[in-house]
Amino acid sequence: MNWFHWFANPARFMRLAARLQPWIMVLGLATGAAGLYYGLFDSPPDYQQGETVRIMYVHVPSAWMAMFVYTMMAVAAASFLIWKHPLADVAAQAAAPIGAGFTLMALVTGSLWGQPMWGTWWVWDARLTSVLILFFLYLGYIALVNAFDDPERGSKAGAILLLVGAVNIPIIKFSVDWWNTLHQPASVARMDGPAIDPSMLLPLMLMAAAFKLYFLYLLIVRMRGELTARRIRLLRLSDAA
Amino acid sequence: MNAFLAIVRRDLSLALRQGSDATMALMFFVIVVTLFPLGVGPEPGVLERISAGIVWVAALLAAMLSLDRMFQSDYDDGTLELMLLAPAPLELLVLGKCLAHWLTTGLPMLLIAPLLGLFMNMQADAFPVLLATMALGTPVLSLLGGIGAALVLGARRAGALVALLVLPLTIPLLIFGVSAIEAAVTGQSSKAQLLIIGAMLLATLPLAPWATAAALRQAVS
Amino acid sequence: MLRDFLEMGGYATYVWSSYAVVLVVLAGMLIASLNALRARDSELKALEERVGGRRQRRNQGRVEEMANDA
Repeated sequence: MNWFHWFANPARFMRLAARLQPWIMVLGLATGAAGLYYGLFDSPPDYQQGETVRIMYVHVPSAWMAMFVYTMMAVAAASFLIWKHPLADVAAQAAAPIGAGFTLMALVTGSLWGQPMWGTWWVWDARLTSVLILFFLYLGYIALVNAFDDPERGSKAGAILLLVGAVNIPIIKFSVDWWNTLHQPASVARMDGPAIDPSMLLPLMLMAAAFKLYFLYLLIVRMRGELTARRIRLLRLSDAA
Repeated sequence: MNAFLAIVRRDLSLALRQGSDATMALMFFVIVVTLFPLGVGPEPGVLERISAGIVWVAALLAAMLSLDRMFQSDYDDGTLELMLLAPAPLELLVLGKCLAHWLTTGLPMLLIAPLLGLFMNMQADAFPVLLATMALGTPVLSLLGGIGAALVLGARRAGALVALLVLPLTIPLLIFGVSAIEAAVTGQSSKAQLLIIGAMLLATLPLAPWATAAALRQAVS
Repeated sequence: MLRDFLEMGGYATYVWSSYAVVLVVLAGMLIASLNALRARDSELKALEERVGGRRQRRNQGRVEEMANDA
């Protein structure tokens, strides 16, 4: 636990983050470029879905990130409530809009993939529905955190909401799956075909890595912004006093 | 236990004396359901098909309407601080508040639900299941709603915010509630769905007051 | 060759608009966050200078007062 406390010092974090940032950017750009190259040029079209399968290389990583970011936020919320690390709260608040952005990307690209494959922009497929609900959870958290005049209140209420949401997500997922098998229209083709080919797995993994690095980079930028905003608030208060 | 009963009795007598909040939620419930035949047309087949979903969605919305008042007046007049200082565990008091909320909103909705089922042309054999899902489901609404109500204490636009926070969490309830009634309509057993809603009630019964109490503590301190 | 690539087997609209959406959202979030960070950094700097300057002036005033008293 020692390294955890060491890392929780905001000033130290800012220094370390500033040093890491260029490396994350270079690595992210490299994996992103390689992923785009393999995804768009050097991978075969799917035998069933044709060229539309290339949407997968941006859609699936977005959906993964949508879930990953919420999990990360829930872990941050737990450590904020248990150990009262202010940095954990900064991380959760900084990550929320990014997670909502990834969720939106997953929804829009999923819709753009659904139109040629299913013949409709939106189906109430179990996965699409769950991701839509996840999007609502992100929006609820962001709305709650910003609804208080005292930012401290927003932080704590938001952290509790994140934990309640994290407990509920598996139940929501289970119920949506149940609901979907009851109402599944027969015409809809299932997305999960045969095991994925290695030539498609490579660009998928590269894009997933690039998305994760992008998230890390943006998270650092937003956390620095949030920490600066807190310093401004503090200075204003002490100045007024 | 005495404190628990005292809270329930106090909230009930407050609700009876003022009367407005609880009856407003109930009227909202009735009016929303009444709007649907006017919106989609009075064709009996269509109404019967959507009846279970409409009644449940209307119940969710009506419950949201009464939520933001759950702790607000206690928060405004300082009662909440006394509840925090009381020797009885806060979780127990929260449970009392949730029970009182259910008695004033969930129970009246449960009682009037068959009438609305009649309006919506629901089949007679679905009524017992409708009542069973509402009986098991509306307490979950009060318990989950308590978390939301505690979280938004002191927030701007608390009434709209609490619905935004709680409604996504009630989706499982909606799905299984409607699916139980639909199973009964088609002559299948709805035991599985009812058991799952019962499990949700048993899970939220200890967990939700705990989260609500945590939210109340951070709201007051 | 290039034409085939751009046409994406007839699915050009869907494939390219997906990539465009992703690019726009990713770039938009990054630019907005960087702009916000820059704006806050300069705000903090201005504030620190102002507060620091005022404190100095206040201290100077105190020194003068003390000198006058003496």
